[in-house]
Amino acid sequence: MRTPVFVLIQLVLATLFYLGLRFFGNDYLFFAGYTVLQFIILSTAWNILGGYCGYVNFGSAGFFAIGAYTSVFLYTIGQSPEDIFPASILPVAQAIFPLPVPIIIVIAGIMAGLVGLGTGYLTLRLRGVYFAIATLALAIVLQTLVVNWSFVGGSRGAYVIPPNTVPVIGPYIQYLFILMLLMTIIALTTARLIERSRLGVGFATIRDDELAAEACGVPTLKLKLVATVISGALMGMAGAPFPFYIGYTEPGSVFDLGYAVNTIAMPLIGGTTSWAGPLIGAVLLGTMQQVATVTISSAVGLLIVGLLLVGFVVAAPNGILGLWQGWFGKRSKP
Amino acid sequence: MDFSLLLNAIIAGLLLGGFYAAVTVGISISFGMLDVVNIAHPAFIILGSYIAYIVNANFGVDPIVVSIVALPAFYLLGAGIYQIFYVSFEKRGQDSLRGLAFFFGLLFVTEVVLVLVFGVDYRSVDASYIGASLRLGPLEFPYRMLVPCVTSLIMFAGLQIFLGRTFIGRAVMAVSQDPLALRLMAVDPTRIKRIAFGISIATASLAGACLIIIQPVIPSVGRDYIGRIFAICVLGGLGSLPGTLIAALLLGVIESITSTFYGPSWAPAVSFGILLLTLAVRPSGLLGR
Repeated sequence: MRTPVFVLIQLVLATLFYLGLRFFGNDYLFFAGYTVLQFIILSTAWNILGGYCGYVNFGSAGFFAIGAYTSVFLYTIGQSPEDIFPASILPVAQAIFPLPVPIIIVIAGIMAGLVGLGTGYLTLRLRGVYFAIATLALAIVLQTLVVNWSFVGGSRGAYVIPPNTVPVIGPYIQYLFILMLLMTIIALTTARLIERSRLGVGFATIRDDELAAEACGVPTLKLKLVATVISGALMGMAGAPFPFYIGYTEPGSVFDLGYAVNTIAMPLIGGTTSWAGPLIGAVLLGTMQQVATVTISSAVGLLIVGLLLVGFVVAAPNGILGLWQGWFGKRSKP
Repeated sequence: MDFSLLLNAIIAGLLLGGFYAAVTVGISISFGMLDVVNIAHPAFIILGSYIAYIVNANFGVDPIVVSIVALPAFYLLGAGIYQIFYVSFEKRGQDSLRGLAFFFGLLFVTEVVLVLVFGVDYRSVDASYIGASLRLGPLEFPYRMLVPCVTSLIMFAGLQIFLGRTFIGRAVMAVSQDPLALRLMAVDPTRIKRIAFGISIATASLAGACLIIIQPVIPSVGRDYIGRIFAICVLGGLGSLPGTLIAALLLGVIESITSTFYGPSWAPAVSFGILLLTLAVRPSGLLGR
């Protein structure tokens, strides 16, 4: 399938999905759908580095939080530009702020990409496990920074109050939902493009045998950095609308370990070799957690995710896609 | 700068560092010697804390005594986990990604189960020495810190002797250097690694008891230790116990000075700074091979 056709199909499906939810006329469905879409983006982003290159990122919550706090930061500036900017550039600032959400998403992506570049540059030259540990610690350090930074609310948290409605679309949550749908399409298309390009082949050589790849002249460090930046940027973009979604942002909820577990569990359970794996994993686990949150409690939902993660990596290392191929003897196109 | 404040910060740091050594020694064995990246180690430490808490709250037994009694159980747990890890990952070939995810899953499942059972309230233990201090002139040694530190150092010395002097201990050192050569000597590397991993998890029992003496514990507190543990382990040099001890004391002192003069909320950033600095400047650590 050619990429424009792929994008077109996604757009049609997304439109149908949106109109379908709108047909029920219940805003809760959009809130729940937002969470699932967020997980699709996060796990697709994780898979670009984790599944294609074989480098584990435990710091998804950190990258997500960079996006969320970029949003909080820009929103807070937008609330009272006259307190921050000197009078000479105030008119310019007032013309720019408050920034619309799509632009905030782009800035958040750039910020998270830069952090990914920095962390990657320091640790990716070593064995993969050091990168994993560094990302784990990165989330904790970013949390420390945010807790000590009173401008974005510190440990108390910050309010981001979105308007109730937007023109044309209606309720604000539907506006955010559409943004998330578009980002999901971008993430899935990016992942699929990488998979089928020279870049993806390069990533696969790193995953299979980095030493041999290096010996054959594959610029491994450069490729790993590219993967880290793309992956980090997508996670940051997924985090940017979050403060507008949740209304009240505090470090504990943004740096929740649940994000890290979910973004790792979803690709590994779905299957890491293809863009469809994280999508399947995210839809299944995301929906399951929404159901568990409503019927039992969110902690039980997370427990199930953790148990599934351990169970799948032990018993079915290639995920649902691997099981599918095993049962039906079909190999998906590379 | 107030001199006695600085001196007491250094002493508190050294006491804390002794405790950090006990927390890290398990990772030094599993990550440093066996090449098993057990990021779930902090979760087992918290498990040790909670076992000490349950017995202490119900029967009033000293937490350290509880943890010593629990050592065999932790050893068996560790040996069992290694067996699963070996069959599912090591035997199938090098797949570090799934091995890491496996331990991450264990870490998370343990934490969520503790949350579901005990809730998110802070839990602490009672012992006669908590609250009292040993005073030597202007210097103050709170027993709350001194007892864990001494316990940790005893355990540390015991492990160092075990690894250097006994057959099994030397086999563990050997397996970290060359498993194939060990096999040629008619020793089963998997068995040696299972024993070593069991020991590494057993240290979590004692470290957990020490932790809950030092501070009240909630299930998520283990996460704060992940960065610390690996920073110490990497700074000390993988697989080197003396290096681990030096690095633990160093980190304890730096953290203590940071929290005394800049506030405790900055302390978690110290370990990450050290970790990144070590990885960037000298990845083999202080006493690395």
